[in-house]
Amino acid sequence: MIPAAFDYAAPKTLDEALRLLRRHRDARLLAGGQSLLSVMKLRAATPKMVVDLGRIRGLAYIKETAGTLLIGAMTTHEQIASSALVWKRARALAEAAEQIGDIQVRNRGTIGGSLAHADPAADYPAAFLALEGVAVVKGPGRQRTIPADGFFTGLFATALKPGEILTEVRIPLKPAIIGSAYRKMKHPASGFAIVGAAAVLRAGSKGQGSQVRLAFTGAAAHAFRAKAVEAALAGQAITEAAVKAAMERATEGVEMLEDLAADAAYRAHLVRVYGARALLAAGAG
Amino acid sequence: MAAMTMFGASIKRREDPRLITGEATFLEDIRLPGMLHAAILRSAHAHARIKAIRTSRAARAQGVVGVFTGRDFADLNPLPCAWQAGGVKNNVNTPRVLEIDRVTFTGAGIAVVVAEDPYAAEDALALIEVDYEPLPVVVDPEEAIRPGAPQLHENAPNNICMDWSCGDREATEQALRAADVVIRQRLINQRLIPTPIEARGAVAQYFPATGEYTVWMTSQCPHIMRLLMSAFVFGIPETKMRVISPQIGGAFGSKIYLYPEYCLVAALAKKVGRPVKWLETRKENYVATTHGRDHITDLEVGARADGTVVALKVKTLANLGGILSTIAPGIPTTLYGRMLSGAYRIPHISCNVVGVYTNTGMVDAYRGAGRPEATYVVERAMDLVAHKTGLDPAEVRRRNFIPPEAFPYDPVGILAGLKYDSGDYDKTLRRALQMAGYEAFRREQAQARQQGRYLGLGLSTYVEICGVAPSAWIGLPGQGWGAGLWESANVRVHLTGKVVVTTGSQSHGQGHETTLAQLVADELGVPVDDVIVQHSDTLGTPFGYGTYGSRSAAVGGVAVHMSLQKIKDKARRLAAHLLEAAVDDVVFEGGRAYVRGAPDRAKTIQELALAASVGYNLPAVMEPFFDETSYYDPPNCTFPFGAHVCIVEVDPDTGRVKILRYIAVDDVGRVINPLIVDGQVQGGIAQGVAQALWEGAVYDRNGQLLTATMMDYAVPKAGFFPRFELDRTVTPSPTNPLGVKGAGETGTIASTAAVVNAVMDALAPLGVTHLDMPLTPRRIWQAIHGRKEAAR
Amino acid sequence: MKVTITTNGVTASHDVEPRLLLVHYLRDVLGLTGTHIGCDTASCGACTVHLNGLAVKSCNVLAVQADGGTVLTVEGLARDGQLHPIQEAFWEEHGLQCGFCTPGMIMTALQILQRHPDPSEEQIRHGLEGNLCRCTGYQHIVNAVRAAARKMAAQAGGR
Repeated sequence: MIPAAFDYAAPKTLDEALRLLRRHRDARLLAGGQSLLSVMKLRAATPKMVVDLGRIRGLAYIKETAGTLLIGAMTTHEQIASSALVWKRARALAEAAEQIGDIQVRNRGTIGGSLAHADPAADYPAAFLALEGVAVVKGPGRQRTIPADGFFTGLFATALKPGEILTEVRIPLKPAIIGSAYRKMKHPASGFAIVGAAAVLRAGSKGQGSQVRLAFTGAAAHAFRAKAVEAALAGQAITEAAVKAAMERATEGVEMLEDLAADAAYRAHLVRVYGARALLAAGAG
Repeated sequence: MAAMTMFGASIKRREDPRLITGEATFLEDIRLPGMLHAAILRSAHAHARIKAIRTSRAARAQGVVGVFTGRDFADLNPLPCAWQAGGVKNNVNTPRVLEIDRVTFTGAGIAVVVAEDPYAAEDALALIEVDYEPLPVVVDPEEAIRPGAPQLHENAPNNICMDWSCGDREATEQALRAADVVIRQRLINQRLIPTPIEARGAVAQYFPATGEYTVWMTSQCPHIMRLLMSAFVFGIPETKMRVISPQIGGAFGSKIYLYPEYCLVAALAKKVGRPVKWLETRKENYVATTHGRDHITDLEVGARADGTVVALKVKTLANLGGILSTIAPGIPTTLYGRMLSGAYRIPHISCNVVGVYTNTGMVDAYRGAGRPEATYVVERAMDLVAHKTGLDPAEVRRRNFIPPEAFPYDPVGILAGLKYDSGDYDKTLRRALQMAGYEAFRREQAQARQQGRYLGLGLSTYVEICGVAPSAWIGLPGQGWGAGLWESANVRVHLTGKVVVTTGSQSHGQGHETTLAQLVADELGVPVDDVIVQHSDTLGTPFGYGTYGSRSAAVGGVAVHMSLQKIKDKARRLAAHLLEAAVDDVVFEGGRAYVRGAPDRAKTIQELALAASVGYNLPAVMEPFFDETSYYDPPNCTFPFGAHVCIVEVDPDTGRVKILRYIAVDDVGRVINPLIVDGQVQGGIAQGVAQALWEGAVYDRNGQLLTATMMDYAVPKAGFFPRFELDRTVTPSPTNPLGVKGAGETGTIASTAAVVNAVMDALAPLGVTHLDMPLTPRRIWQAIHGRKEAAR
Repeated sequence: MKVTITTNGVTASHDVEPRLLLVHYLRDVLGLTGTHIGCDTASCGACTVHLNGLAVKSCNVLAVQADGGTVLTVEGLARDGQLHPIQEAFWEEHGLQCGFCTPGMIMTALQILQRHPDPSEEQIRHGLEGNLCRCTGYQHIVNAVRAAARKMAAQAGGR
């Protein structure tokens, strides 16, 4: 299996990359390549132009500034999974990174590439949503931010516009994250999530108890937040009974994916099970 | 004298240095000057008439040397079916090199591009235009045999390839009527994809001056390939073809067969006048290489209240796919129906197998081949009897075991004249239960159930048939195999004392270059490193049938042993001459021939080899050189057996199965290299467990394979397994002088049933008695959920 | 496109198509055929090599992405005819049967041991998730990685 022929450019700067995207409307961006090259080999994607972001310096970093965790788009899963800072500040993201693919994939694959690819069964999207991350995007002559909540728009579809490049992922660390976790049922062949659940608990303001965020991947056309569950648990103690009761509403308004691994009923059940497991793990610290 | 202990020694494999350094030459590594690359266009439809194929655009593409369709090879015969179900009519339909006007499964080859490099070949595939007339599709064998189903082949009414039976149906039915309990169960043995990590491939070169072909191919049996290609497909003298299997990256049965592509590449090499290489992609491997298993079985088992089984009646639909692979009909008949007595004395057995064509990929032998299916039926039956009678499953097995004194045992005639050679089935069961801590486990299980945890223990006390040979039994007059099934070996001791073994066996992971050398080292008293084992090239090795069915030690190894006896005898006679002693007074032992009572009057094997080679001073009637060939055709097969125990925990929330422990006590007869046998057993267990829990090929109703990549088809990973706990008993096979039985398939044959029995044991409190494989979380959760719903 | 890649210590420049996969560059351009191809989907790991010190599936990397980089393949492990301890361990522990997955398996094992010099069984099994073996059932491979860890620790201690 061999990709169809394409032209290739490896710009050294973001501006150069943006210019290339303007010039080649059907260009595809190559980050770690762990998803794109696979689909190109199967000729499910046949871009005429590939713009490789791998030569642009300064897009791989993890740092904390002013109450925000900043992660460069070209930071690899391995760098995230082995970052003490991420484990400490946003454990759900580290747990998601650690469970992606395998060593080799984690060594190459990047957070920006994964989020922009928006595979419905990828691991990061759940953590990104539950952590209320923000995508920083550079486009022709401007920069904008896209909150996680509006980032995923469909199957392999995001709010990124043609000509834009995702450059950074921001995770707000205030209010303080008390606990977070990512739990997943792995597909035995692909390693993707049959269902993945990320839960984040933040300190509530002025003694109002905790704020709860719960998001799922693998279950629907794109990752989603279970807002009814979040509302039901807001300010509540995260106990098994409370969680179980709240999880009954986890799939409200969401159409479950169906495939060989899980039909809709089973998937909805897994959403409840893994959602509860992620919440309880987050609640445990 | 250290060399005398090689039989039974866990020495390091001699084939490994080239493999761990990347030096080995696998098929993909072969490059010949001027070599071209072929890529095959495969049918997008499962059932269709091909109205037209337009190749001109592809032919004009850059780097393309030629584009061909089936019409370009109309002079070649369809591939042969070399093993047909014995004693019944087989409605045979086999592939052509490229199909010409009709396809019966998605993935059948219909055109080929030959280009300067593989990139250009693959690019050009997209430029070939095909007009299909889609025909109605049937993928389910039960639907395929119903009136009105789409018909795949004119000569196979109702899509039936063959209808085969064994045993005494009337007596079995009568015994079932008289039984205290009768259990009926439908069992689905799902379709599997063998998935060697190396897919298939071939390279061919044609020499116009002599009209000779050399074909490298990923084959477990190069001699058979040459025979079938030259005599059946090409219609040329066998002497015009040389077949070489290079280093083979795993096979598990899928590389036994003659495939269209091997013939195609040879034909192309002649057509284009340059060497041609074809490498299968993984996707092609999944759609166009053979699959395994795929049975729907209705089982009826009758027993007395004390658990004694009185009758077993089995009716099986075997899905053979859209067209027949080389030995497809033989697998669900001889290797399945004839093994349905299992390890038990069952007085009445009856089996009917209907082989069915459907619009799916070819199905043929996959590791275990028929015997895992039989073991699954029998071992599930034992558990169903235990469940119904309320007896312990271990006890039910004990009550039905063939006792040690009953060997050789004839399983009421269903083996068509063969008998189980030797066994002590209870011994392996006792040992396995002891390792498992059976009584303690049952207590733990009862406690766990109180806490809402679902632990289960499953048994599989199997027997299998290996060393498949007796030509007179397996051959056309008997079981329908279209030739003999003996094995060959030549042993030569060169002037320098170095030993060259050539064998018709074909090693693709089994370690023959080590184990056969161990046999030589012991018998001739030479260091293992002085022995080289050559195989896999029709030039320079004696005709042999190759490696499959766990036959290479029990048949091929014995052929080596026989040649060694001839060499030892000649060495003794030569030594007697040189030492001026009577032949009867000369003993050959530990690499030396000496005069009895005078151990100093001796010649080493090296001295004797030198004398035999130079030929200066030989007895009057003796030919120079130690060079002996043997063809070993055993009097019987061998019957390895054992007891496997699997312990699982089922998570009722998700339906996930976790294997907590896996214990295997096997008896494969005498063991040449324990480390290698352990490896065979472990690998086999992994494959069998994978069938129980993860693997399954799935077609949609249009005949498209939904599990066509490794992202969909769950080949197990390292983290899926616990550490397997192994032990062995040794019951030598009386069939052959080495006492070996065969170890390549035991793990696969035994383990599937052990795992399923364990999961059913775990789910027993929920009232679940049977679920079909693979036991995915989804399937288990649905069963649990259904029970809970019903209970509400 | 021109690429310059240092493979097993040897630097070479070649003109390649952008779509050339790193594994084909190694196998077909450099003739280093120890790195194998077992799937189309970056699932099996038979093609694992190290690129700039990181284990990667070379069927899922373009040669142009490796431009200016350093590649280590199975052929580069043995030094002066002396097998690498991981190679020795695979041999001694019977960590291979057909041997097709072995070069990739060894290269991943190397990365595991670089990150966990004394790995637990769990770490090894988890670490090998991206490498499929159909022959061994993995047990002897796990044994080999553990044995290699001991050998490498002994070597490091001996220096």
